[in-house]
Amino acid sequence: MTNVLNDHAKLMQAIMVSGEITGRKKLQKMIYIAKKIAFPFQERFQFHFYGPYSEELTTRVEELCNMGFLDEVKEKKGGYFQYRYTLTDSGKEFLSLNEVEMPFLQDCLTDMNGQNARFLELVSTVLYFDNLSKAEVANKVFTLKSSQRYTEAEIDEAYCYIEKLKTKIQ
Amino acid sequence: MAYSAEKLIEEKVFKDPVHRYVHVRDRAIWDLIGTKEFQRLRRIKQLGTTFLTFHGAEHSRFNHSLGVYEIVRRIIDDVFAGRPEWNDDDRLLTLCAALLHDLGHGPFSHSFEKVFDFDHEDFTRKIILGETEVNEILLKVGPDFPAKVAEVIAKTSEKKLVISLISSQIDADRMDYLQRDAYFTGVSYGHFDMERILRVMRPREDQVVIKKSGMHAVEDYIMSRYQMYWQVYFHPVSRSAEVILTKILHRAKQLFEENYAFKYEPLHFTSIFHGQVTLEDYLKLDESVILYYFQIWQEEEDAILRDLCRRFVNRNLFKFAEFDPAKEYKKLAELNSLFKKAGIDPEYYLVVDSSSDLPYDFYRPGEEEERLPIHLLMKNGDLRELSRESEIVDAISGKRRTDHKLYYPADFLRDDSTKKNVKKQIRALLEIE
Repeated sequence: MTNVLNDHAKLMQAIMVSGEITGRKKLQKMIYIAKKIAFPFQERFQFHFYGPYSEELTTRVEELCNMGFLDEVKEKKGGYFQYRYTLTDSGKEFLSLNEVEMPFLQDCLTDMNGQNARFLELVSTVLYFDNLSKAEVANKVFTLKSSQRYTEAEIDEAYCYIEKLKTKIQ
Repeated sequence: MAYSAEKLIEEKVFKDPVHRYVHVRDRAIWDLIGTKEFQRLRRIKQLGTTFLTFHGAEHSRFNHSLGVYEIVRRIIDDVFAGRPEWNDDDRLLTLCAALLHDLGHGPFSHSFEKVFDFDHEDFTRKIILGETEVNEILLKVGPDFPAKVAEVIAKTSEKKLVISLISSQIDADRMDYLQRDAYFTGVSYGHFDMERILRVMRPREDQVVIKKSGMHAVEDYIMSRYQMYWQVYFHPVSRSAEVILTKILHRAKQLFEENYAFKYEPLHFTSIFHGQVTLEDYLKLDESVILYYFQIWQEEEDAILRDLCRRFVNRNLFKFAEFDPAKEYKKLAELNSLFKKAGIDPEYYLVVDSSSDLPYDFYRPGEEEERLPIHLLMKNGDLRELSRESEIVDAISGKRRTDHKLYYPADFLRDDSTKKNVKKQIRALLEIE
């Protein structure tokens, strides 16, 4: 419970600085990665079939859509549907009155938004197991994410990417 | 005989109001139930503050944990046994994970997690892997057995079928708590034909699926989930108690940080306030301890802590109004300012509570690979997501209903002995008669 919808405002800020975010999975992974590297998002994540996932985040996004602060567009893409999120004018007005201070967020999220959801799933999985050694993480990725067929090189790339994001906030 | 295969000479049974009997034959399960960490769950209510609305809701996480174990045992022993997709070597692992899945829950854990940034899943892992009686029992099964159980509960094990029995959109956890919460609250929602669902469950490599012929029983389960969400879990009066509980914890923490001299030193909270809680400290917390502090804090000098504790203990809860954040956020800012003028701290006495603050969920069809949906097993062997076959499920998983409420202390606002005009303005805005 919040007094001025702070947690909602942080999500709105994330979507505003990203311009638009295409894909619910991408949105989940972007917020998770941002939270793990430094930003004060409050949503709780658990490991699910497809990696870190927050039911709280999903519900909060639905609330923002129902409030009219977020615009959700459902688009058919190949054999499945994809969702695109942008901030509405009333969302922008709300944010202008409830300012959220998160320096460097735009730089990090813009960078993540330029990556594909598959790679962000890998990055978020690597971060989820950040208490394990790199070899153990690779083992987790190969067993838990076998259907995604990630390679050693991609795992290395994920580690480099995490470091790159961390330098953006220093 | 290996400890993992050891059976009790006579089967033990627990009488249970939901499943009639909980059957225990495995020595390891019996020993785990007897550990002090598992017995602690008797002192933690399953539904937190809901007993202040539904007086019967005094059941504990101990009851629920036994119930989840029993459902999983029935699935494995009565439905899965002998099927080629099921590996019976995973039997004890699955039963242990089912029994221990909520082990790390603390008292009123949702509020505690919010205020002190705890994670009950993290404590579950620490109890299973740390120097505890539970760990001692699990180690008797094998040196890596505690880690295997912890990974299943954390959903990071490669045994996805085992995980899906305990944690998925149609799992033993939900099937138990929906029925148990319905029974103890006394509501008529929450009932569904579990026996039928268990009979039509089939193991697959990655998850449990449901035979198409069982779709209507699953529809009933999904409807129960939907109705329990709105009628019990998001009940506005229970939420009011949760708001006050959370604010008590916030206030106590703030006072501690400001070096406030408590009349009685809050020893059980010290390491929590410092953000350095150990497993030993954590295991000492239960609801009787927390309610003891709420009892004595009613006599504190600090007016806010004293008042909030009196409200919680005596069930003098905040009133609520429907709140539409999109249309009323300017009104909220105005109320905030008027509360300050009236000398009522809005940080503690004017609170928006949203459906996203609740640790319960609806069925989600799992679009875009968010969560694994419920799959129906068709006659030709294909799998189809539930809402594509069921119009009822499609209807309630389509448009999402969300809700927000604004909580405030009506008694303070009606007391015109001070700041009469400001309070009158607040009452007009909140439409209090």
